[in-house]
Amino acid sequence: MAKKKSSLVNMLIALFVITLVSGAVLGEIYMLTKKPIEDAKKTKTENAVKEVLPAFSSLKEYSVKATDLKKGDSIIFREAYDEDGQLVGTAIETITDKGFGGRVKLMVGLLPDMTINKISVLSQAETPGLGAKMTGIFKDQFDGKKVNGEMKVKKDGGDVDAITAATISSRAFCDAVNRAINYYKQEKGE
Amino acid sequence: MANWNNLTKGFIRENPILVLLLGCCPTLATTTNAINGLSMGLAVTFVLIMSNICISLLKNFIPDKVRIPCFIVVIASFVTVVQLVMEAYLPAIYETLGLFIPLIVVNCIVLGRAEAYASKNPVGASIVDGLSMGLGYAFALTLLGCIREILGNGTVFDSRIISENYNVLIFVLAPGAFIALGYLIALMNVIRKKFQL
Repeated sequence: MAKKKSSLVNMLIALFVITLVSGAVLGEIYMLTKKPIEDAKKTKTENAVKEVLPAFSSLKEYSVKATDLKKGDSIIFREAYDEDGQLVGTAIETITDKGFGGRVKLMVGLLPDMTINKISVLSQAETPGLGAKMTGIFKDQFDGKKVNGEMKVKKDGGDVDAITAATISSRAFCDAVNRAINYYKQEKGE
Repeated sequence: MANWNNLTKGFIRENPILVLLLGCCPTLATTTNAINGLSMGLAVTFVLIMSNICISLLKNFIPDKVRIPCFIVVIASFVTVVQLVMEAYLPAIYETLGLFIPLIVVNCIVLGRAEAYASKNPVGASIVDGLSMGLGYAFALTLLGCIREILGNGTVFDSRIISENYNVLIFVLAPGAFIALGYLIALMNVIRKKFQL
C-alpha cells in the first residue's frame, strides 16, 4: 500500500478513524476496569477502618461539610456498631492542607470515651525520609491517647513528639487530628 | 544478527536515559526506590511496544502532515489503558507513581521511537525496537532507583542492607537524583569508550 497523500480528505479520514477507534477501545477498557477500581478503593478504606477501630459488625456512614477547608471538602464519619447495636467507635476520615507536600489524609479511630484508638495515614506527599516518617512510629504515639484539648507538638507547648527535622509535617498531622476531633464534637453537640 | 543488534542497542549503545538522555522527567521523579523505577520502566516498555506496533501498521494510512497528532492519540490511548489497569489491579504502585503515568504521553522516548523508527520500519523490527528501548529504559530506571534507595534509605527492593544510621538522605530527594544520574552517565561514557560500543 502506497503512502497516503496529505490531502484534506485523507487527513480528515485518518484522524477521524484513529480517534474513533481509540475512543471506542478506551471506553471498553474503562467499563472493564470501573468495578475493580471501585473495589480497590473500597477495600483500602475498609482496611483502614478495620485498622483504626476495634472489632465491629456494622458501619453507618455520613459526611459533614468541612467549612474551614476548600469548597467541596468534607469530613467523613463511619460509626461502628457491634452486634448489640452498641457504638464501639467512630472512624473519621480527615484532611489537612498544611502538609509540607500538600494534602495529608488521615483516618482517625476515636472511641466513645474520647480516646484515640489508632490512626492510619490514607495519603500523604511529605518528603521521603523526613515528613513521610509520619506513617510509622510518629503516628503510633497517638494510640490510646486521651483527648483533652488540642493536639500540639512540644515546640508549640503541647505533648506530641514531633518528627526530627519535620516540624511542619508533624504540625499538619496534629491539625488533621484536631479537625477530626472538632467536627466529632460538633456532631455530638458538645 | 540485525535483530540481535536491534535488541541490544537499547541497553548500552542507545540507552534512552544514559546515552540519548530522553525522557528524563519521570526518571528523576520516580526513581526514589527500585520498585518504583522498575514499575515505571515496565509501564513505559508496554506503551512503547504497543505504540510501535500500531504506528508501524498504520504508517501508510497516516498522511505526513497529521502524523504527530495521530501518534499522540495512539500513545495517549495506550497510556490511559496502562493507567486504568494499574489503578484497578496495582493500586499501591499507582498511588506512588500517580501523576507520572499520564505523563508518559509526553515522554520524548515514546514519540521519538514512533517518529524515528516505527513510522519507517516494518512491524517485526518495530516490536524489537520497542522492546529494546523499553527494557533499556527500565534497566536504567531500576539501576538509578537501586542506587538512590541504597544510599538514601539503606534498602534495596525494600530489604535492608545498610543500617538506618548511615543513610544519605539527599539521594532520596531531587538533588540526589541529578547527582546519581550524572555519575551514572559518566560511568556509561567510560564503559562505552573502553569497549568501543
